[in-house]
Amino acid sequence: MSSTDISINHDVNHAHEEHDHHHDQNFIEKYIFSQDHKVIAKQFLFTGIAWAFIGGFLSVLFRLQLGWPEATFTFLEPILGGWVENGKLNPEFYLALVTMHGTIMVFFVLTAGLSGTFSNFLIPLQIGARDMASGFMNMLSYWIFFISSIILFTSLFLETGPAAGGWTVYPPLSALPQAIEGSKGGMTMWLISMALFIVSQLLGGVNYITTVINLRTKGMAMTKLPLTIWAFFLTAILGLLAFPVLFSAALLLIFDRSFGTSFFLSDIYIAGEALSNTGGSPILFQHLFWFLGHPEVYIVIMPAFGIVSEVIATNSRKPIFGYRAMIGSLIGISVLSFVVWAHHMFVTGMNPFLGSVFMFLTLIIAVPSAVKVFNWIATLWRGNIRFTSAMMFAVGFVSLFISGGLTGIILGNSALDIQLHDTYFVVAHFHLVMGAAAFFGMFAGVYHWFPKMFGRLMDDKLGFVHFWLTFVSVYLVFMPMHYIGIAGFPRRYYAWTGFEAFNIFSDMNTFISISAILGFTAQFVFLFNFIYSIFRGRRSSANPWHSNTLEWTTPVLPGHGNWPGEIPTVYRWPYDYSKPGAADDYIPQDVPFSKTQSSNLPQERDFE
Amino acid sequence: MITIAIGLSIVLLLVILFLLFRIGTLSSIFRGSSERAAGTTKVSNRVNSALLMLFLIGGSVAFIWSFVASWDTMNQPVASVHGEWTDSLFWTTMIVIGIVFALTQILLFYYSYKYQHQDNKRAYYYPHNNKVEIIWTMIPAIVMALLVFAGWKTWTKITSAAPESAVVVEVMGKQFNWMVRYPGPDGKLGVAKHTLIDATNEFGIDFSDKNSLDDFMPREIHVPKGRPVLLKIRSRDVIHSVFLPHFRLKMDAVPGMPTKFWFVPTKTTDEMRNETGNSDFTYELACTEVCGRGHFAMRFMLVVDEPEDYEAWLAGNKPFVEENPSVLAKFSTTAPKQLVLDTKADEKAEEVKTEL
Repeated sequence: MSSTDISINHDVNHAHEEHDHHHDQNFIEKYIFSQDHKVIAKQFLFTGIAWAFIGGFLSVLFRLQLGWPEATFTFLEPILGGWVENGKLNPEFYLALVTMHGTIMVFFVLTAGLSGTFSNFLIPLQIGARDMASGFMNMLSYWIFFISSIILFTSLFLETGPAAGGWTVYPPLSALPQAIEGSKGGMTMWLISMALFIVSQLLGGVNYITTVINLRTKGMAMTKLPLTIWAFFLTAILGLLAFPVLFSAALLLIFDRSFGTSFFLSDIYIAGEALSNTGGSPILFQHLFWFLGHPEVYIVIMPAFGIVSEVIATNSRKPIFGYRAMIGSLIGISVLSFVVWAHHMFVTGMNPFLGSVFMFLTLIIAVPSAVKVFNWIATLWRGNIRFTSAMMFAVGFVSLFISGGLTGIILGNSALDIQLHDTYFVVAHFHLVMGAAAFFGMFAGVYHWFPKMFGRLMDDKLGFVHFWLTFVSVYLVFMPMHYIGIAGFPRRYYAWTGFEAFNIFSDMNTFISISAILGFTAQFVFLFNFIYSIFRGRRSSANPWHSNTLEWTTPVLPGHGNWPGEIPTVYRWPYDYSKPGAADDYIPQDVPFSKTQSSNLPQERDFE
Repeated sequence: MITIAIGLSIVLLLVILFLLFRIGTLSSIFRGSSERAAGTTKVSNRVNSALLMLFLIGGSVAFIWSFVASWDTMNQPVASVHGEWTDSLFWTTMIVIGIVFALTQILLFYYSYKYQHQDNKRAYYYPHNNKVEIIWTMIPAIVMALLVFAGWKTWTKITSAAPESAVVVEVMGKQFNWMVRYPGPDGKLGVAKHTLIDATNEFGIDFSDKNSLDDFMPREIHVPKGRPVLLKIRSRDVIHSVFLPHFRLKMDAVPGMPTKFWFVPTKTTDEMRNETGNSDFTYELACTEVCGRGHFAMRFMLVVDEPEDYEAWLAGNKPFVEENPSVLAKFSTTAPKQLVLDTKADEKAEEVKTEL
């Protein structure tokens, strides 16, 4: 810690000579093993985008199977090779696709890609710090994530295939190589990759928390932090408390798989032999997994909450409605997210009394979520809304969050969950509320902070095309899934045609698949816009959105240390938009009250 | 040849799109719209906010139309007592969240449309209002409390202990099919252990236990209409899940931890055939916990009989040992005393585990 502080002071004192100092930084130090939070954020972003395309592509593959169960897929042989047998997708490979899609999207894109990018990029810039508390740990966090990515990616090419027991990897299926091909080498690599991933998350999380607590600039009280920072801060705390539990679950599973222990195994007869394992409980794994797994969905969605709050306030030209209520609801959600995990387990044979307790706690969490939605809508009310691409995605986020969140009230009710558990109703619910919604938050963030990252603007027209295609196809994919779910269609089915009860809705499934392909195709518009704009986009001004937060007080492309001179002092909260009496419709956080006499509220008269 | 043609046309299409994009950019520079603050361009603001309204209206129409059109298909006929409760609770909750859904979405899109940027206007500085905040925290809290209460009451009734008189059926999941066992006239299932499983004795039943001698394993489940049925569920390899969609029933089958679920069927298979107009209607049992390659094909049939037909069916089933006398040979060699002890221990163990 102390050495970090010294380097920060060093930067302050020699700020003017900065350019001379950095000539000795070679390419590798600057772009590869960089300790600059902005470069690390970009590394997370690029890796996250790459993963998102891989994860999305996998979902297109299994949607082909679900949309056209009778079709032959010989044209996929060039990519999938032996996984296509006589024109049919191998059913175990289908499960592997579903598993890898889930793992990639939840962990590698929406956890590492989202938190990794925006926590890294925005925390120092928005709290007024030169860099993260430990640049070195931050670098390690990315590179361990990178190794973990490589391992998971490699597992896609194993002869026995990647892990295939669902992203929740419930044992015994994931523990016994006899049970499914994917539980051979693929599962081993999944576990190693995930263990490294957790290490990366912890290194990152410790850093985010420390930075927010210790390195805020003068005047930046916790109650003057932008909501983005509050969201990242609480997300990091959730990760720090929840990920170690997944680590222990993964470790025990490694022991069961490789060293003959029986933590999760008992009374099993498989592949013609009775196993000697006894006394373990598969349910124990589920408890451990969901103790992380449930906070995990908030780890995914809370950064999006923060980004969307910021984008909506800026582009509505209004203070976020109920700033303190927004913080309060974030804290409420964070606390409650730790005591609702067993709502994933209502029908596992868990004690029904425990089910009632978890139903109660789960439905309470709807209250802070509802407050957030009302506050966003109230922020739009009587605003003067600028529809930038980021704003479109923020509005889309709120819409998707409402649509997906409300069905959570049904699934959190244990009596209703009996019928709906593990059906497409659940798939529709979580894809809307944490999948698509978190993606929309991420897109809003990319469009909004792209100018600060690359000094150029992304093209708005292409942004709108991207938004509309994505928004429409998300609804076209997931709304009909509710109907299919109400009809009871189970998840992770290779085909439903074998059941009379599920031999319906086949046109609907084709329709969903077409919409999914449309949605995936639309992402190439984004990819083009993103890459093109890095090199050829319109040059941005220092504060293109007329925003209040500190990152816009830096130069167009902030160098190492972020501010060339002194770090600005903060005098006010970040949401002084359209304040009556002010000259402009925004007053940045570093403008003292003494300079804005005309707009000061009665209680602010004596403020500095 | 065709591949090349398709490839070429895609490339051509991309080139055209790219040119369109360049022309658009250049013309916007020419018009000077790039001079204005981002997001305040009149045309694109108008287009986007109009599209948001259009999405709200078009989306609502499409949603309502598709919902009505799919109504009959999505509502699988219900055939159990508790299924009626959960169905009505489900649709009641749906109405509640439907109202919230409509209100919030309408406000979201309408406000976005109405308060689009105008050069001569300024947003209303309105940072908070504690009264409003308290109201809209309390309302969801009260609604949630009511829903929790309704859900809790239903849940407690469904998961209460099965009546003594319940028909007992053991359902065992394995890769990749279901097997069922009835206790026979004595009403007691014999002890089973996974180490005793072989090609014939797939349940691993301990035939030195007297209770097992009249157990039988039919090829489909039969249950009487109007009587409580208790499913004793277990698995012998990985986790499976018993799902009877028409009875609104689901419970995981977990290796090493027996589970249970009881229900009262209300319609016989024949009645259901009349109701649905489908003369081939059968109740189906599906697996809903991913269990491997054959997960999607674990289909088993269930028949609901009139009570007297059920009795007749019961009488027509012969005990497993009678049909496979060879299985007994394995058990005669073991010392009887040892077995009694084992049995007792097993029984006790199962007793503890089945305690939900």
